[in-house]
Amino acid sequence: MRLSYPDSIRIIRLPCTGKIDVIHIMEAFEKGADGVYVAGCLEGECHFIKGNLRARKRVEYTKKLLDDIGVGGERLEMYNIAASDGPRFAAVAREMHGKITALGPSPIKKSL
Amino acid sequence: MLGILFTSYEKMADEVEKGKIGSVMVVGGGIGGMQAALDLADSGFYVYLIEKSSSIGGRMSQLDKTFPTNDCSMCIMSPKLVECGKHLNIEILTLSDIENVTGEAGNFHVRLIQHPRYIDVDKCIACGTCAEKCPRKVPDEYNAGLINRKAAYIRYPQAVPLKYLIDAEHCIYFEKGRCKACEKFCPANAVDFEQKERKIQIDVGAIILAPGFQPYNPALNDTYQYGRYPNIVTSLEFERILSASGPYQGHLVRPSDGKEPKKIAWIQCVGSRNIHAGDKGYCSGVCCTYAIKEAMVAKEHSAIPLDAAIFYIDIRTYGKDFERFFNRAKDEMGVRFIKSRINTILPGEEEGDLTIRYVNAAGGIVKEAFDTVVLSVGIDIAPESIELAKNLGIELNHYNFAKTDSFDPVRTTRSGVYVCGVFQGPKDIPETVMQASAAAAEASSLLSTERNKLAKEKIYPEEIDVTGQEPRIGVFVCHCGTNIGGVVDVPMVTKYASTLPHVVVAQENLFTCSQDTQVKIKENIREHRLNRVVVASCSTRTHEPLFQDTIREAGLNPYLFSMANIRDQDSWVHQSDHKGATEKAKDLVKMAVANAAQLSPLYKTKLPATKRVLILGGGIAGMTAALNVAGHGFEVVLVEIEKELGGFARNLHRTLQGDDVQSYVAELIEKVTQNDKIQALTETILADFSGGKGNFKTALAVGPAMYHREVNHGALIIATGATEYTTHEYLYGEHSSVKTQVELEGILAKGENPIRDWKSLVMIQCVGSRNDANPNCSRVCCQQAIKNAIATKEVNPDINIFVLHKDIRTYGFSEDYYRRAREMGIQFLRFKTGGEPQVERAGEGIRVSFTDFTLGREMTINPDQVILSTGVVAGDTEELASILKVPLTSDRFFLEAHVKLRPVDTQSDGIFVCGMAHSPKRIDESVSQALAASTRACRLLSQDYIEVGGVVAKVDPELCTGCLICVRACPYEVPFINEDGVSEIDISKCQGCGVCAAECPAKAITLGHFEDTQILAEIDALLEAR
Repeated sequence: MRLSYPDSIRIIRLPCTGKIDVIHIMEAFEKGADGVYVAGCLEGECHFIKGNLRARKRVEYTKKLLDDIGVGGERLEMYNIAASDGPRFAAVAREMHGKITALGPSPIKKSL
Repeated sequence: MLGILFTSYEKMADEVEKGKIGSVMVVGGGIGGMQAALDLADSGFYVYLIEKSSSIGGRMSQLDKTFPTNDCSMCIMSPKLVECGKHLNIEILTLSDIENVTGEAGNFHVRLIQHPRYIDVDKCIACGTCAEKCPRKVPDEYNAGLINRKAAYIRYPQAVPLKYLIDAEHCIYFEKGRCKACEKFCPANAVDFEQKERKIQIDVGAIILAPGFQPYNPALNDTYQYGRYPNIVTSLEFERILSASGPYQGHLVRPSDGKEPKKIAWIQCVGSRNIHAGDKGYCSGVCCTYAIKEAMVAKEHSAIPLDAAIFYIDIRTYGKDFERFFNRAKDEMGVRFIKSRINTILPGEEEGDLTIRYVNAAGGIVKEAFDTVVLSVGIDIAPESIELAKNLGIELNHYNFAKTDSFDPVRTTRSGVYVCGVFQGPKDIPETVMQASAAAAEASSLLSTERNKLAKEKIYPEEIDVTGQEPRIGVFVCHCGTNIGGVVDVPMVTKYASTLPHVVVAQENLFTCSQDTQVKIKENIREHRLNRVVVASCSTRTHEPLFQDTIREAGLNPYLFSMANIRDQDSWVHQSDHKGATEKAKDLVKMAVANAAQLSPLYKTKLPATKRVLILGGGIAGMTAALNVAGHGFEVVLVEIEKELGGFARNLHRTLQGDDVQSYVAELIEKVTQNDKIQALTETILADFSGGKGNFKTALAVGPAMYHREVNHGALIIATGATEYTTHEYLYGEHSSVKTQVELEGILAKGENPIRDWKSLVMIQCVGSRNDANPNCSRVCCQQAIKNAIATKEVNPDINIFVLHKDIRTYGFSEDYYRRAREMGIQFLRFKTGGEPQVERAGEGIRVSFTDFTLGREMTINPDQVILSTGVVAGDTEELASILKVPLTSDRFFLEAHVKLRPVDTQSDGIFVCGMAHSPKRIDESVSQALAASTRACRLLSQDYIEVGGVVAKVDPELCTGCLICVRACPYEVPFINEDGVSEIDISKCQGCGVCAAECPAKAITLGHFEDTQILAEIDALLEAR
């Protein structure tokens, strides 16, 4: 479909969002990412049955950690997008880009 | 009819006992020929792929995008091109024609003529110097004559084989005896003007014909003044105009003056659905959907708002999800659809413009100017194909397509010679691919005893041990023609890549996926002692296996490969921001390089495959698949939920062509029940399912007593069918004169004839289809209505029959029956969506009222009978899909792995789908798809073992505390605590999702190829120095 979305986004490929680990997310923030989002299959339609549900739990947990350390949990999101839904993928990218732009650079980045 | 078939089977068996040959000749190297060749070559047969032009790829290589997903045609096809090109068991013979064929099924002797290329293929390095230096310009057929090529040329940049040729017909040397510029400048000394025609004799066991089609030539018929006005183009020319590799590099401009068009018109049915001289009486089947695609892509492409108008007779978007595609074009993209047959195109007032006169919905005549007019030309059989049929001694139908039977869609009239693709009848790409696999099924079943006798086995060089070596990385950055190169500064990215840690060499390629680049990659691995390879190009989704195989051929473990997706994730989505896209490409390459440096080799284990196929559904599709699988020598367990085999076809009596469905089904049932390789279980349901390709385990509840039974099987075919839409509309069930088509067909079949007393009958189309609740077309109802209308009229010639419809969708040859119905006086009246007919009681009788589209007037009919063409809806598939873990479409049909090129595979390896479970289809189409599913399953089981492992989870027993978290987390219940008290994961069952690795609190589990070190390296590479 080649729908355009902001070029601020870089994708890291995982076999399933169920593979996402808290340390991966925290590493990204520690190294200066302004925002991170995890994009998985629709709930109930995980290719690996329920990896996306586990991912959501870990994301929720990590959001709290980010709140606690003053980075702000709102810089991290979990989205569910069907593999065939290009328009939603682009919309999510725009939404996250807009949100992070409004929040400004991550406090960690400022201190780096 | 089937009796004849079986006799020919037996006769065939007698003939072939003389000694069969385990090789197959596939004639035609388009998408159909390639698919058949790959299926056979992967199933243990040696394949000769014969192509009359200089390279394989066929018509699909000329298309810009493919409907209904608008995927780039070349991008999805190129992995198949390369796979054919490098397959050990496929021998491609280009520039070759079949002269004659003697012998019989199982043992044919084929005489071929191979025309000279005048280039030594062993020497040509495809550098293009010959074409650059050649002084002769010739219209370029690949670009539909819109630009010129040279007399020394290559058909297209990704051609396989990637070897130039000299077109003797236009070469100056052949004309005048001097020039030879190509020879003088060729750095490889590859030009050879002395090459002569070669006669080749090849013996094969079976022949598959896939010669494809030629686009209808509108110049034959001057109605539309094609050839006189340059801005009247054919749809194929328009594909090239849209294509990034086309004459205008993908800029949407019109031929006469390079102006960007503001208004484009498409005229449908050019050369199709017409019985005038030079035209074709059949419907070409694909033009409506491709015109919609072209209109959508043109609108997306155009820098200025583009007005796109499609002039049509009936919109025939009858394929899977095509109606949604049509609705999207109409409702969301603003493509205009005007029902009017255009008779003339006149020059417009502005230079280069064109005027179309048409009748609008209000019945008035309108004149409208367009910048460009696209003629949606139909499918035509090339004279070469007619010649081919003659040389092979096979019969053609009245339109010069290969003659086949309703129940045997891939068998020609000569035993052992099969047909697939458009040469069998107009069809689109997925139908061609299905039929190609179907033809392969017939050929491989015929030759099943000869499997693996002539096929060679691929032997990879011994793997280089990279343990302890410093990473030495090679980076290959792809231009993808202009797909990447037009947006991203590829030379800059390549230069940047060469500065990254561990990178030894970085190169840019026009097409990294082309066959010559594979050779280059391998040379680089050897020359620079590379131990990791990075390709920056399109997508891992389509191309990772190709590159992994390439590095394996050079002795590297396939997992020492990493890919940067700089097309799908970059150039395509940041088209207007060249700088931003280039920066992103650099980041992505940097991340891939960092990832590559951390990669370690992974190894697969070979497991024996269970040579048994479980088939769900005992209808025509399931039984056809079962018989074919059994014909390959594998066991089948055929599961049917109902008491009897036969499926929905038990309600049908005749095909549109008049063939007897009931006796066909009866013969199939007999054949299935008597086959000792097939075990048919009726009243049986699936209770549980586990395992992976090659080794599934399914629990069944058998018979009324629900006996528990476990079946081990290597593959699974879903053939569960669909159901008829049950309606409560139009007084159905309330008034005895309102019936469904299936009920009418039953009455017709019984022959006891109330029909003779009927004076008039109304058929209502699209009941339960093409509406809000079910947006799709049920595909078969128009043909069913016409079949029953003709049969009714034959019984009672005086009856008045009115068919109320939205569009009549008699695609392909069924158009003949639509024409016949009209000739018999059956009336076809159109209503608009939203203006569905009203059916009311009128005393004892019934009254139908609706607004006729053409007359714009309210019409009322008081028929004796109202027949509802109720559509096809998916069966109760949700539970089955969730047990099998295969996805469904939003309409609850089973979803194929790839809409175009993997139409019978599901996303889960080893599980295939066919028949109505996939989408509504005719019997012949179900048979094709069932045979295709059988081929795909047998292809898997024809290997002696299944490779497992690779990207799987591994437990480090030293770190494991036996906490059970992984045991609980795994969605497939794979990990267990072993005798040593630590977790153990069976690699044959592990699906590689990585949930356990993420959950393990002791970090004792790692997922191969996605280890934390690798992921963290990518993250760090991206973010460092920012």
